[in-house]
Amino acid sequence: MKSSEVLRIAGEGISRNKLRALLTMLGVIIGVAAVIIMIAISAGTEASIAENIENLGTNLLFVTQSMGGQIVSRNAGMNGNFLSYDDAEAIESSISGISGVVVERDVSELVKYGSISIDGLSVIGTTSSYAVVRDVAQESGRFITQNDLDNAAKVVVLGYSTAQELFGEADPVGEKIYVGDVKMTVVGVMAKKGTVGNTDYDQRVYIPLTLVFEKFTFSPFARVQGNQVGTILIQVTDLNNMDKVITQVQILLAKRHDTTVSDLPFSVTTQEDIISTQESTTAAFRDLLAWVAAVSLVVGGIGIMNIMLVSVTERTREIGIRQATGATPGDIRSQFITEALLLSLTGGLIGVITGVGGAWLFYKFGGMRTVVMPNSILLAFASAAIVGIFFGFYPANKAAQLDPIEALRHE
Amino acid sequence: MSETAIIEIDQITKIYQLGNVKVTALDGISLCVHPGEFLVIMGPSGSGKSTLMNILGCLDRPTSGTYLLAGEDVSRMSREQLAHIRNQKIGFIFQSYNLLTQATALQNVLMPLVYRRNGHISNKERLEMAHNALISLGLSDRDQHKPTEMSGGQQQRVAIARALINSPALILADEPTGNLDSHSGQEIMEILQNLHAQGSTIVMITHDAQNAMYAERTLHLRDGKIDEDTNHAEVPAMVVAGGSV
Repeated sequence: MKSSEVLRIAGEGISRNKLRALLTMLGVIIGVAAVIIMIAISAGTEASIAENIENLGTNLLFVTQSMGGQIVSRNAGMNGNFLSYDDAEAIESSISGISGVVVERDVSELVKYGSISIDGLSVIGTTSSYAVVRDVAQESGRFITQNDLDNAAKVVVLGYSTAQELFGEADPVGEKIYVGDVKMTVVGVMAKKGTVGNTDYDQRVYIPLTLVFEKFTFSPFARVQGNQVGTILIQVTDLNNMDKVITQVQILLAKRHDTTVSDLPFSVTTQEDIISTQESTTAAFRDLLAWVAAVSLVVGGIGIMNIMLVSVTERTREIGIRQATGATPGDIRSQFITEALLLSLTGGLIGVITGVGGAWLFYKFGGMRTVVMPNSILLAFASAAIVGIFFGFYPANKAAQLDPIEALRHE
Repeated sequence: MSETAIIEIDQITKIYQLGNVKVTALDGISLCVHPGEFLVIMGPSGSGKSTLMNILGCLDRPTSGTYLLAGEDVSRMSREQLAHIRNQKIGFIFQSYNLLTQATALQNVLMPLVYRRNGHISNKERLEMAHNALISLGLSDRDQHKPTEMSGGQQQRVAIARALINSPALILADEPTGNLDSHSGQEIMEILQNLHAQGSTIVMITHDAQNAMYAERTLHLRDGKIDEDTNHAEVPAMVVAGGSV
């Protein structure tokens, strides 16, 4: 029996009951679409992370307070176990093989220009080489200078979208805005950079670090601590020296804080460390989603099996007639397997279309970055085919084993 | 007789196991049917005629004994092989027609060609064969009709066209007029008689003594055994006058 013939008979079998066929396929459609969308979303996340690596470079070291940051350091403050501006200066002056040190201290403030205000905006107190080390370009005006730092000048540099929000199309340079209670002069706007990791580089303002110490450090303890900082960024000249620089920084900090390297309350991490942590989280998430999607595909397969069993019972008489006119058990088996396969593959195809469309919708309206992987389409489609064969086999075999006499007698 | 018998069965038994009880449906039947014969099998229900028919039709295998169909021993064949034999050598005509209700007359007639193994026939040729078969049974304008759109007599004629499409060695008819009114029934019997006149070998089960008169030989079964095997030397004149198809 020719395969085109088998296909035609199976197709006729399905087209007799279109609604039922559609409902049967629904499980496979959802399963396949879910696989494709889930993989597209996690691939999109991974692509964002990969771009972060390119955006930030891999030659940055981050020195941060480990274990709860400021809360720990505030309690430990009197012992000097917090990261300070002096630490940064010591690193810059005594460690070799580094090309820049940037200090950051973030606070959150209400920023106001005329009637427009933004509450809880990130205000980054930082030093002059920030823009170079963090690789943020200047849109207009200038960045914070050493002179600003020395004088704790009341100047502010705006992130790209913050500038737009406050000033629209107008040029903000030279205008006065309020950051908290402090009136400051806008001296520059940074170019668009976008979101990297969890940080929106455009939705923030920059002020001299010294101004943060002076105006935005409120508690009496913090006054004493004065020059406590959040993060020290170190740009390493040669990537190959990364590990050497890390060790040197750790030893220096341990010495300065009267402790050992192993008890150091600070962590010195590379950009890669941070990214690989993010990546492994995404990977775990993706695996979980893939399993959920796979389960729904199996459920779809069980749906097909169920309907095929009903179909075999309903069409016992037809099977008998086909047997009487010369259909072998093999013919009957391939007819029903083909039917199951046709159902699962059609479902798979609709699922692929739904999945690709769904991934696009997630991108367009869900604000999620999605990358449809060709492999995921192949994988989902192949799984649908395997599900069809696997769950179609038992009902088809049942049909093939029917006794022609019994089958012909069936009402 | 020099030519090979179409049916040659020797000491056939069929025993069914129903729970703990063994039921002997056929109890040592031997029979020979020659090419061109028109044999009628009669007998009360439970006499074993359906069982015999199933074995003759290669739908079932005997418990013991041998069955040569056109010289080929089919009594020990596999299900697969029996399917081929049914396709090539046997044409079935059932009481309830057994047409696929969702398929057109043409598709129903085509079915045995679809399952045919030997000799490639192109799609076009098949359609032509099926169409011609329907024409020869007076259904030239019924190609695309489904069984539900046809009368019982028409449906049975479609079934006969299907039975004949592979030029079988043996036509098996199981109460072919059982579901028909007397007029349609007579039409069907005339078709069978005409086929017989053209040299087809026909075995028919019937309850109807009237139908039995179309045949030249009648077999009476009782309790799984042949009770009586009558050869009518001459076919009654009134039946011959019934006309041709």
